[in-house]
Amino acid sequence: MRRLPEITLWLPLLATTKLHDIQERRDIDVNLKHALAMLGLIGLSASAQAQDPNLARNLAATCANCHGTNGHSLGGMESLAGEAKDKLMQKLMDYKSGEKPATIMHQIVKGYSDTQLELITAWYAAQK
Amino acid sequence: MINRRDFLKTSALAAAASTTLAGLAGCASTPSARSRAHVVVVGGGYGGATAAKYLRMWSEGTVDVTLIERNPSFVSCPVSNLVIGGLKEMADITVSYDNLKSKWGVRLITDEVTAVDTAKRSVSTANNGTLSYDRLVLSPGIDFMTDAIAGLTGNEERIPHAWKAGAQTVLLRKQLEDMADGGVYALHIPRAPFRCPPGPYERACLVANYLRQAKPRSKVLVLDANGEIQSKKALFAKAFEGYKGLLEYVPNSELRSVNASTLTAELDFEKVRANVLNVIPPMRAGNIAVHAGLPLINERWVDVDWLTLEAKGVPGVHVLGDALFPAPVMPKSGHMANQHAKVAVAAILNLIDGIAPNPAPVVMNTCYSFVDSKNVIHVASVHQYDAEKKQPMPVQGAGGVSMAANELEAKTAAAWAKNIWADMLA
Repeated sequence: MRRLPEITLWLPLLATTKLHDIQERRDIDVNLKHALAMLGLIGLSASAQAQDPNLARNLAATCANCHGTNGHSLGGMESLAGEAKDKLMQKLMDYKSGEKPATIMHQIVKGYSDTQLELITAWYAAQK
Repeated sequence: MINRRDFLKTSALAAAASTTLAGLAGCASTPSARSRAHVVVVGGGYGGATAAKYLRMWSEGTVDVTLIERNPSFVSCPVSNLVIGGLKEMADITVSYDNLKSKWGVRLITDEVTAVDTAKRSVSTANNGTLSYDRLVLSPGIDFMTDAIAGLTGNEERIPHAWKAGAQTVLLRKQLEDMADGGVYALHIPRAPFRCPPGPYERACLVANYLRQAKPRSKVLVLDANGEIQSKKALFAKAFEGYKGLLEYVPNSELRSVNASTLTAELDFEKVRANVLNVIPPMRAGNIAVHAGLPLINERWVDVDWLTLEAKGVPGVHVLGDALFPAPVMPKSGHMANQHAKVAVAAILNLIDGIAPNPAPVVMNTCYSFVDSKNVIHVASVHQYDAEKKQPMPVQGAGGVSMAANELEAKTAAAWAKNIWADMLA
């Protein structure tokens, strides 16, 4: 049987440090893939293997707890379904930079890479 | 009045419903691996209900889903502290399972699971025989290790935990209502990890809020087995200051035994008499997971593969929610269980279709706590899968807590409940 320490400290301590190196590494990976793809060094099949066919749907579903299934909020939170992608992206980037004040979204949005936010906003914009 | 948008929504629902029915009836006309797959979901809480709905929604009705849940309706643990504090009614935290059946085509069985045979891929129930599955989703929540505290086992009517919402919530509320002014309400918090890290501290605040108004000579005694407040520490410490004279917080107070007739709680060095004794016992993964022989860490929590949420070494059995050995700083929360469900469902549908599971799943959490009838504090986090560590890791620099308790987030908390209950059940 496995024995592991059970972590007893919860979250407030996380808010102080800078972007985690996992996150930075992921961004670099994605950028590298884009660059390679532009140079034609990796084919379609390679990128299809690297990325889940439903990646955008899956990422967007992490927002649905608050913003409603498929972005249809029942009220009290913004509906995201069918909103223009550029408008959603601008809002999120303003939360990320601190330009737009928020109670919680400025903290949540920093957990996603810009590439992930692009996928999420495009997916919601396409919802009826 | 129906406007165009509502009409379009209604039409879309009708279309979705007919697609669902076509999916159920159309096995012969649309032969595929999916149309033959049967997923059994055990447990209709935040994890299981979400899994049942999303399996039907994301498969467009091509996967058969049976949900087995012992309670006739969903009763939410989040927000149940407001019932205990006299600010909400049970009806406010109770939601029907009807939409899962009528709108999403989930087969719902109200019953108790008695055994799981992972080798034969079958689930036995008390009253509905044995069901076979292609994949099993277990969302068993937690069960209590009452034997860890002498005198507690069998006395949960006298010494409620109210850590599973329902009859226990009603019971604790009634005990508080019946308590005379000048009485002592003692709350014991077990060592972490436990379900809902901020929950006990919110409960202490809301009971204090009630007593301050209704029975101001009373006392709230918080006996925490941990050395400090386990979530939103500075914010709860501030809230506790606001209840000075009424609420006393005592860290490092591990409970050794209780006496159910005198309502005495025995700690290492002292005994405490209470008028209402609320003991949250140490807990572990729900009994179903333990009896199914799933791999446990520290004899308590299920060890899973974080890409599929499958129990390690038990292919085809996906486990969600509070029962899991948590990834670093991942809370045991309803919100997180809902997020686990979506990762598991995406993986299950990929696996049925012969596709590798998503290599980069993301989960996130938000949690709102009331510190009085009007003011709320939150904690949030985002967890990205780390391929080297093979588990989700919290994104540093993201997440955090409220600047201070505030009234605005009470509205957000209400909207959170409405939207997540709909995300699971509507």
